Formats: sequence, C-alpha cells, structure tokens
Amino acid sequence: MGVEAEVTPRRLTVGRTRSDKVFRGVMSLGGFTSLVVLGLIAAFLLFRGFEIFRDFGLSFITSSMWDAGSGDATAPARFGVAPMLVGTIVTSLIALVVAVPFAVGVALFFEYYVPPFMKNVFVSMLDLMAAVPSVVYGIWGYSVLMPHAVGWSKSLNHWFGWFPLFRVPAPIFERSPFIAGLLLALMILPITTSVAREVYSQAPRDQIDATYGLGATKWGAIRTVVLPFGKGGLVGGAMLGLGRALGETIAVYLVLNLVFKVNLQVLASAGGNVASLIATRFGEASPYELKALMAAGLVLFMLTLVVNMVASTIVARSRRSS
Amino acid sequence: MNDMIPAFEVPPHAEPRRPWRQTGRTVLLNGGVVVVSGSLGALIVATTGLVGLLGWFVATILVLPPIAGAVEAKRGVRAVTSRIVGASVLMMFVSVALPWVSIIWTVISRGAKAFYNGFLTTDMLVNSADDPLNLGGASHAIIGTLLIVVMASLLAVPLGIVTAIYIVEVRGRAARYVRFFTQAMSGVPSIVAGLFIYATVVVAVTHKFNAVAGALALSILMLPTVARTAEEVLKVVSDDLRSASYALGATQLSTTWRVVIPTVRSGLITSAVLGVARVAGETAPLLLTSQYFVKFTTNVIDGPMASLPTYVFANLGVGSENSVARAWAGSTVLLALIFILFITARLIGGRNKKVR
Repeated sequence: MGVEAEVTPRRLTVGRTRSDKVFRGVMSLGGFTSLVVLGLIAAFLLFRGFEIFRDFGLSFITSSMWDAGSGDATAPARFGVAPMLVGTIVTSLIALVVAVPFAVGVALFFEYYVPPFMKNVFVSMLDLMAAVPSVVYGIWGYSVLMPHAVGWSKSLNHWFGWFPLFRVPAPIFERSPFIAGLLLALMILPITTSVAREVYSQAPRDQIDATYGLGATKWGAIRTVVLPFGKGGLVGGAMLGLGRALGETIAVYLVLNLVFKVNLQVLASAGGNVASLIATRFGEASPYELKALMAAGLVLFMLTLVVNMVASTIVARSRRSS
Repeated sequence: MNDMIPAFEVPPHAEPRRPWRQTGRTVLLNGGVVVVSGSLGALIVATTGLVGLLGWFVATILVLPPIAGAVEAKRGVRAVTSRIVGASVLMMFVSVALPWVSIIWTVISRGAKAFYNGFLTTDMLVNSADDPLNLGGASHAIIGTLLIVVMASLLAVPLGIVTAIYIVEVRGRAARYVRFFTQAMSGVPSIVAGLFIYATVVVAVTHKFNAVAGALALSILMLPTVARTAEEVLKVVSDDLRSASYALGATQLSTTWRVVIPTVRSGLITSAVLGVARVAGETAPLLLTSQYFVKFTTNVIDGPMASLPTYVFANLGVGSENSVARAWAGSTVLLALIFILFITARLIGGRNKKVR
C-alpha cells in the first residue's frame, strides 16, 4: 500500500491565536493598574509637595511646628510633622499591643474551641465587624468608649503613675493617645484575627492528632504545634493591622486631641496622627500649607506602604511554607 | 470469604457509644463554674472599686479561668493549665464581643431616636441640623452614597476582576509582582487616596469638589479588595475544566469567557459586593473630594454632594443634641446598608459553593 508513505504529519499551529494575544495584552494592561496607581500616587504627592521638601528638607520630618504664617516675610510659614509622626506610631503601637493578644486568643477560640456549626456564624461576625465604617467606630468611641476609658486612664495613672509614660502634666484624660489606641485596637482586631485564624486553620492536623496520641492536652497541642506553625502568619496579620492603624483618619480625629508637641505621655490629652492632621487642616489651608499637607500625605503613604509590603511578604511566605 | 471471619454478635439493642459527647456531669460542672464566677464577680463589685454592669463583666471574666482550672485540680498541672487556657480564650472572645455588641446596639438604639417617616425621603436644604428631629432627613446623603458607590464600582469592579484574571488565568511573567502590588495597594490610607484625587482631579481638571472625584478616590480603595477576592474565587475553578476546554480547541479567551467566568459568576458578584461594603463607609477620602452638601442632587459633576459618612461627620461636627442624634441615625442607615450588602454577598457566595 502506497498510502502510508504519503502520510505526512499534520501541521500544528503552535503559539497563540490573534484573539488570545489581544486578550492577554488587554488583561496584562489591566493587571498593571495597581502598579500604575501606586506609582501615580507617589509621583503626584511628591510633585505637589516637592516645594516643601526643598524648603524644609529633613526638618519637615524632625521638627515640631505647624504654622501657616501670615504670607509675608515677617512671619514665615514653618512646617514639621514630627509630633504627628510620633503620634501615629504611638497610637498604632498601643493598638497593636492591645489587639495582638486578643487576636491570638479569639483566633484560637474560633478555630479550636467553638463547635463547627457555630464557627461559621462567628467568622461571618468577624468579617462584618471588619466592614463597620471608621466613622461609626469614631462616633461610638467618642460617646461610649471614652467615658469608660477616662476612668481606666485615671486608675492607670493612679497606680502606675511612677512609670514615665503614664504620667500626665494636668489631670485631663479625655482624647488621649491611649483612648485612640484602644479604639484602633478594636478596629484592627477583625483583620488581625482573621489572618491569624486562617493560618491556624492550616496547622497540620496529623501533628495535632499525634500530640493527642502522646497524651497531650489541648493546650499542649496548641502550644507545640499550632502556635509555632502560625507565628509567621500572626506577624503578617499584626502588620496588616498596623498598616490600617497608621492610616486611620476619622476615628482618630474624633477621639484624639490634636496638639503640636511631641507627646509620649499616652494618658495625656494631646497627640495626633498624620492622617487626622490632613483632615483637620485641609479645609482652611492656604495653597502653601496644602503643599505641606501633600508632603505629609507622602510621608504617611511611604510609611504604610513599607509596613504593608513587609506584612504581605511575611504572610505570603508563611502561606507558601504551609 | 465470609465464613473465615468469626461471627461477631451484636447485642440486640446496643446504642453506639459516643465518648466525645458531653456527659451530664461536665455540663453541670461548666454551668457551676459560670454561676460561681458570676457570683464571685458580683461579690467583687459589691466590695471593691469596680462598679456597674461593666465592672461585673470584668470581674467575672477575670475570675472565671482560675475557677475553671481549679475544677480540674485532681487531674494534674497540665489539665489545669489546658483548662485555664480554654477558659481564658473563651473570656477573650467575650470581652471582644462586648464592644462589638455595644457598637451595634448603640448605633441602633440612638439612631432610632432621630428616625421618623420622612427621614429617608427629605433632605436638609430648608432645615438646619439643630431643628427638631421630625424635620429634615438624609435622602440627599443616601442618594449621594448610592451614586458615588455605583460610579466607583463601575470603575473598580472590572479593573479588579481583570487584575485577578491576569494573575490566575493569564499567569503572566509579572503575575507575582502584580499580586504583591495589589496587596500593597490595599494598605493605601484612605486619606491619601483622597489627597491624591484632590491633587489630580479636583485641582487640575474639575476645579471644584464633585461626586466623580469621590468615586475615583473610592475606586482606588475598592480595587484591591475586589481583585483579591476575585483571585481567590478564580483559583477555585478546577484545572480540569480549563484543560477540557482547551482540548476542545477553545482559545484562552473563550475558555475564560465561556467556561471559567460562568463557573464562578456568583463568586465574582460576591467580590464586587465585598468591595462595595469596604468603601461605602469611607469618610476621609470623601471629605477631600465630594465633601458635603445639604441639597438632594443627582448632579455628579457640578459641585459637592452629600454621602452618608460625610452626613454623619458633618452633623457630629455641629455638636448640638439634635444634630448628634441625626449623626446616629445616619450611622444606623449606613450600618444597615453595609450589613445588607454583606449578607447579600454571603448568600450569593454560599449558593456558589453548593452549586459547585
């Protein structure tokens, strides 16, 4: 039969069709939106705030002054965000110190103590609290949390007043960094808890069962298997929470007294953060002050960007290793 | 084969044993622990500086774990530790749930005071914030929030889903970096997003505050949420489906469009709804872009527009009794809106799981 000799392999079209090339191109373009937007934000804030960095240099970050001046040479404008930067970090750290132990506890409770049928309800509740707007947290913090927290502040000051951070110059305890920190703790708790919970839920079941087989108690299993396994995820979740707390505006604006002086006495009624500074001054700012606000926004943007990038790297790494 | 296995006699009415079940004794013991701690808490409130319901809660929360541990005393140190940790973890949850319940309860109970028939249908054009609570309302804020959020979704949802498709379907060389930067973008402080849109759109293009600028600012915050949720959803589609589609000769475009997306359509809707819930309550960016205005308007280009968060904020700023009551009522509407969105997302997402 001569047919077999005539058969040549069919030509295969390798590579992508034109429609696929277009599709992939368009999707790639869209995919880069986040990159482009991030770049644009940095570029525009730098562009608008450039004059400030040129005029003040590093002292914009290190000095404690916010004076729009009178517009002429007699009273020049002076800007320095040091107190706000310190306030941002202080309130966020308080939030973190309060929130992380609770996040660990609640995550463990959801994952290892709650009966399965209730777990879904609780997890939905967690997501729901993460979606509560900051202005609602703010109004609640101002009118419900603050009256209680003032009492706690007084006791703290009474019993631990010898500790430098808990001293106050005057017995006014309203609108202090401590209260702002507590409110922020409540606000970052859902995100930190849900990251921690997710990581804990991936803890190797066989190892947990093995510890039980060796006669361990529940706490023994958690201490030796779950907590070491979830360390990375917890750090990442905490840093995501930190990123949130650093950039929080309205809630802090409502419960914190904006004072332009570096204040480490967390119970005293003075503090601030960069975001609430922008919200406070924005309405009545002169063009030059507006530039200073843009520069402050850039500083805040960079700070949160770094924190978030570190956080997502840690979370991603702990996911990959699991 | 069967006759090689020795016969195993099952007693006629044997109940299967369930060793994991709580026995009556443990239920009784747990109840006893709660009762004892509660009364000890009451005793502490009666004798020391702790006062009121909150004081009782705190006292009870603090004394319960040791008491729970003491119950296990005869079983050794480890059993006691484990029991104390278990009780502490429960108490941690209770102490966290307390403020959450308080938030929802306060918002609803205080918001109810300023609520009347016309609250959802009148604006504040002819009334001041101090006016009696049966005048004026929040219709302007509700329409504003709806318009701004819809415009933000029109931009952010397609872009977010495209980002997710790039990461999961196209799997381009830069997918890892796109994923990373989308994550990073979710951390952009909301006020910075507002400042950015103010610096670009408001200052350079429109020269006045308007709702479109507000929507743009919100879409920056919305995009990462949509992208991340959509990515998780797309990942769920099994590769078998894609392979089957390719084996039939489909291009990647038609595989994505006709196979992948229809499979997870409800999941993608969930991602959009979650994105909306994420931004509907944002205040700070709107203060810098769409601001607040007392009149019911649907003009999104010309001039400022109210929204529920800025309505709450503006009324809170006035500071009188009636205006604060209005702020609470605004919070109630906002919270209700977000919760409804959330439950919708859950329902759609839940249905998706069953179909799969």
